[in-house]
Amino acid sequence: MAELGAGSLLTGDPAFNYQEHELNERLKRLYPAVNEEETPLPRSWSPKDKYSYIGLSQNNLRVHYKGHGKNHKDAASVRAIHPIPAACGIYYFEVKIVSKGRDGYMGIGLSAQGVNMNRLPGWDKHSYGYHGDDGHSFCSSGTGQPYGPTFTTGDVIGCCVNLINNTCFYTKNGQSLGVAFTDLPPNLYPTVGLQTPGEIVDANFGQQPFVFDIEDYMSEWRAKIHSMIARFPIGERLGDWQAVLQNMVSSYLVHHGYCATAMAFASATETMIQEDQTSIKNRQSIQKLVLAGRVGEAIDATQQLYPGLLEHNPNLLFMLKCRQFVEMVNGTDSEVRCFSVRSPKSQDSYLGSPNLSPRHGATNAHLHNTGADSPTCSNGVTPTNKNKSHNKYTGVSSASSSPSSSPSSVNYSESNSTDSTKSQPHSATSNQETSDSEMEIEAEHYSNGVTESSTRIMNGTYKHQEILQADDSSVGNGVADDSCSSRQLCGGNQAATERMIQFGRELQALSEQLCRQYGKNATHKKMLQSLRICPNSLHSCWLWVRPPSACS
Amino acid sequence: MMVCTLMEVTATSRHYVDRLFDPDPQNVLQGVIDMKNAVIGNNRQKANLIVLGAVPRLLYLLQQSSSSLELRTECAVVLGSLAMGTENNIKSLVDCHIIPALLQGLLCSDLIFIEACLRCLRTVFISPVTPVQLLYTDPTVIPHLMSLLSRSQHTQEYITQIFAHCCKTPEHQTVLFNHGAIQNIAPLLISPSFKVRMQALKCFSVLAYENAQVSMTLVNVLVDGEQLSQVFVRMMQRDKPIEMQLTAAKCLTYMCRAGAIRTDDNCIVLKTLPCLVRMCSKERLLEERVEGAETLAYLMEPDIELQRIASVTDHLVSMLADYFKYPSSVSAITDIKRLDHDLKHAHELRQAAFKLYASLGSNDEDIRKKITETENMMDRIVSGLSESSIKVRLAAVRCLHSLSRSVQQLRTSFHDHAVWKPLMKLLQNAPDEVLVMASSTLCNLLLEFSPSKEPILESGVIELLCSLTQSDSPALRVNGIWALMNMAFQADQKVKVEIVRALGTEQLFRLLSDPDTNVLMKTLGLLRNLLSTRPHIDQVMSSHGKQIMQAVTLILEGEHSIEVKEQTLCILANIADGNTAKELIMTNDDMLQKIKYYMGHSNVKLQLAATFCISNLIWNEEDGSQERQDKLRDMGFVDILHKLTQASDPNLCDRAKTAMQQYLA
Repeated sequence: MAELGAGSLLTGDPAFNYQEHELNERLKRLYPAVNEEETPLPRSWSPKDKYSYIGLSQNNLRVHYKGHGKNHKDAASVRAIHPIPAACGIYYFEVKIVSKGRDGYMGIGLSAQGVNMNRLPGWDKHSYGYHGDDGHSFCSSGTGQPYGPTFTTGDVIGCCVNLINNTCFYTKNGQSLGVAFTDLPPNLYPTVGLQTPGEIVDANFGQQPFVFDIEDYMSEWRAKIHSMIARFPIGERLGDWQAVLQNMVSSYLVHHGYCATAMAFASATETMIQEDQTSIKNRQSIQKLVLAGRVGEAIDATQQLYPGLLEHNPNLLFMLKCRQFVEMVNGTDSEVRCFSVRSPKSQDSYLGSPNLSPRHGATNAHLHNTGADSPTCSNGVTPTNKNKSHNKYTGVSSASSSPSSSPSSVNYSESNSTDSTKSQPHSATSNQETSDSEMEIEAEHYSNGVTESSTRIMNGTYKHQEILQADDSSVGNGVADDSCSSRQLCGGNQAATERMIQFGRELQALSEQLCRQYGKNATHKKMLQSLRICPNSLHSCWLWVRPPSACS
Repeated sequence: MMVCTLMEVTATSRHYVDRLFDPDPQNVLQGVIDMKNAVIGNNRQKANLIVLGAVPRLLYLLQQSSSSLELRTECAVVLGSLAMGTENNIKSLVDCHIIPALLQGLLCSDLIFIEACLRCLRTVFISPVTPVQLLYTDPTVIPHLMSLLSRSQHTQEYITQIFAHCCKTPEHQTVLFNHGAIQNIAPLLISPSFKVRMQALKCFSVLAYENAQVSMTLVNVLVDGEQLSQVFVRMMQRDKPIEMQLTAAKCLTYMCRAGAIRTDDNCIVLKTLPCLVRMCSKERLLEERVEGAETLAYLMEPDIELQRIASVTDHLVSMLADYFKYPSSVSAITDIKRLDHDLKHAHELRQAAFKLYASLGSNDEDIRKKITETENMMDRIVSGLSESSIKVRLAAVRCLHSLSRSVQQLRTSFHDHAVWKPLMKLLQNAPDEVLVMASSTLCNLLLEFSPSKEPILESGVIELLCSLTQSDSPALRVNGIWALMNMAFQADQKVKVEIVRALGTEQLFRLLSDPDTNVLMKTLGLLRNLLSTRPHIDQVMSSHGKQIMQAVTLILEGEHSIEVKEQTLCILANIADGNTAKELIMTNDDMLQKIKYYMGHSNVKLQLAATFCISNLIWNEEDGSQERQDKLRDMGFVDILHKLTQASDPNLCDRAKTAMQQYLA
């Protein structure tokens, strides 16, 4: 409170007013597209959103450490008062190290709302940091990667978030250190963390001129984007604009498989749709299979309906198989699920093929059914045999057999995601639960999406993304759910586990073959690595392999 | 068919040339205009016309004052068009003395005609086949070109482009500078025309290169009230065209290297260096990456702070590793055109990367470590040492040399990758510039703690090094003798004998009178290393004692620096440490007098070395010490030693006291 008092005292100070004016001018110049009434810019650290070992002063711009600093459990962070608005395009702030204190364990970076503040930025999911003592970058992980030089008293460290390509780079005393993180999620907050007594840092959110020439960097991107736009000229003739716009809308609808809408749009605008209607529907059903975690079936369906597609895109096939492996671990994929007799439908289709290769005919029929809004397109857990499976497998129920197929669970999951903002206060505490429980919840949502009717599946994916951003909020609920505790590898089935391990080997072999044919591929390696750590921590494979490929 | 069409073309070409000789000037003009339209973009037509002798006639018409201005202008335009063709076309034009004719034409007052002449001159001068000297043969040309700069944007563009291409030597820089190039061209940097700005900028980059006079003048130039360096900084902004950013960075780099801008100036640290690092990124064209890396290497070569900054900027060290990935395996499969392009630049990229690594690692141990830890770095250097392109070999050995300054790397990666093998191979029949670098690297590999020393010795390096000491190049002589010196340090008797045998006493004494002080110092160092440990001293002195004593006398009597004399006295002290060798001094009264002289010298270092020598001679525990002590006392050394015990220098004082104790014992 004393700090806040000091802040308000200063408001009358002409020097402070001048600084405030400077800040407004600079922010307006740097981020002209941001409407601060809707999405205010970070202007100071938040006196509320911080760990108790953090002290703030000087209008909440100076951060000092006031804990014991015995070990990493005494780490403490503070977030800025607002997240970085997406409309910034490119966002930048700087932190000056006033004193490195005892050991200089300082982290500068970004984190999402709700990430534990009793940590340095970068150690947890949705948290990213660059640490002064070793110069490493920490990307949602307790172990850092060699990144840049160390930093200490007197240095000015800048952090630039490029929201155009979702990357981040740091600067030290005005020199760019190169990209540190890629694939950043949206709505991150500027964050600093300190860990030993005496550490003091000052933030510059635009109050002062930056040491690094960020405007120069922005100008490069502006020029880049202008030239990119210029590369798509639109004809001068009358109606060209309209045709382009209509084509844009139509191709969007077709791409995402909004078949009926696309048809309606085409007839209203008197345009043609390039793709055959059945093909659109086929794609949609493959997408549903992928989203339902039945990647094996999705692969078969693709091979059946679009022969040659996967053969010509071996990388895509590899990605799908990686995903399939994850689903096997999780027990959702049909290749392992058929062992646990959960899904009578899939079992039927595989009855005649003990070697597990699915009969294409059957799968196909199944697919065409799902095209319509038929209830059978759920994962096959119909209310009638739900009891049966529960009786048979008491205590080993997996995510797919949780009561999510009942209508009530649909509501349940919906409320989860809509309430995400409301339930935040409690997330701070629930977050300290083990990371496993966090992951369970994600899986929970996932299977929810599956069991909803087909139109809901689409919703399921969107929700899913939302969960990704703010999933901490749902942790509290998840812990309460008893189905989580009984979760096991491949639904706990021995044969399924063996099948999974074999599949893993095949995957490795495929990767090696691809490597021989096309040279090394960093993405593949990363994928396999993330899979390899699966047995120890299911959490990590969910984190890494959650693919954008699910949409295609 | 082919022959037929060819003949047709020749026939029509003939017709064009014939019309140039029409008696009616109006027909001639029309003929030239038709010719102009016929040759545009048609290289065969151009070649035909040249073969048929159109050029001398066009030049004649252009020079005739009786020709109408319109005709003269059209002639210049056609000539300009012919120059746009192949290099052979340019050669023919130059052979027909087109340059003096066009330069003469510039004296006309008509702007359109002047512009046509300049355009053609520009095209001729920017060709690599044109000798640039032709611009400077007539001393009135440069001042006249300067005066034409104010006429129009076109004259500005063409003239600055000519200057930018024809300024190749320090003499050219001086000529242009003396005719006011800086004052005349500076205002063009803010011209509304991009081409003019760009060519003016290029002029400054060639003018400032390794030229302190130009660079010092440039920093004080104001353009529209703004300092020139700030104008260059603005041209490096990231939204400016890459060519402009790169050239502006070159200007500032050259000004910095010439001492006109401090290396810690913000415009270097925060602007030029980051700009050049950006030029090395994957997004840039291969040519730009080569130029960027070379310029950056040049910028930071002498400055450790810039090297440190660059080493952490935008992951430069790992970014450079990409320079070795051309042609990439992908381009080989998919795209022949790209493969061709990649192949063409592969050598350039590699040598640029080696140069930049060499520059980065020249001072800082941590950076060297970072470089050697870059993927396959040592393998790349090793294969670079034996590449066919001499540029790559030279750059690779420079890089190796830079890294060889690290004790840790010598002990680890250098040994693991047996870099001495390709290095030794490189030393056979290499051109001098490669030899200098390679032998300099070898010096470091022969240091006592280097594990490569043994295998190098076994590969018969001694003969090679001895032959280097006979080179005309002082740098090679120094490196040769330096390497021998390092090799002799704490070496086996066998090695020492081998060195003396291979070098030969005659060559040894020739080196002791070498005009280069560095060579002399290292030769003395070699002698000192040869004369260490008692049995070695006696052995060497018994076979070469006479010559060595002669050489020592010669140097002590000659005009040499303190360092040289100190080194020589140290050799004497070593000799005095031998068992039998000391007799060579004791029996040489002249030498003893010299030692006495240096004990009373005004320089403490020399006094110390001389006292050390005496101390060795009178050392108690050895045979005959009594006689030596007596003789030296008689010669008055005790008095001097006594005096030296009062010396203000504590080392000298100690040394003298220790010596005195030998008498007391």
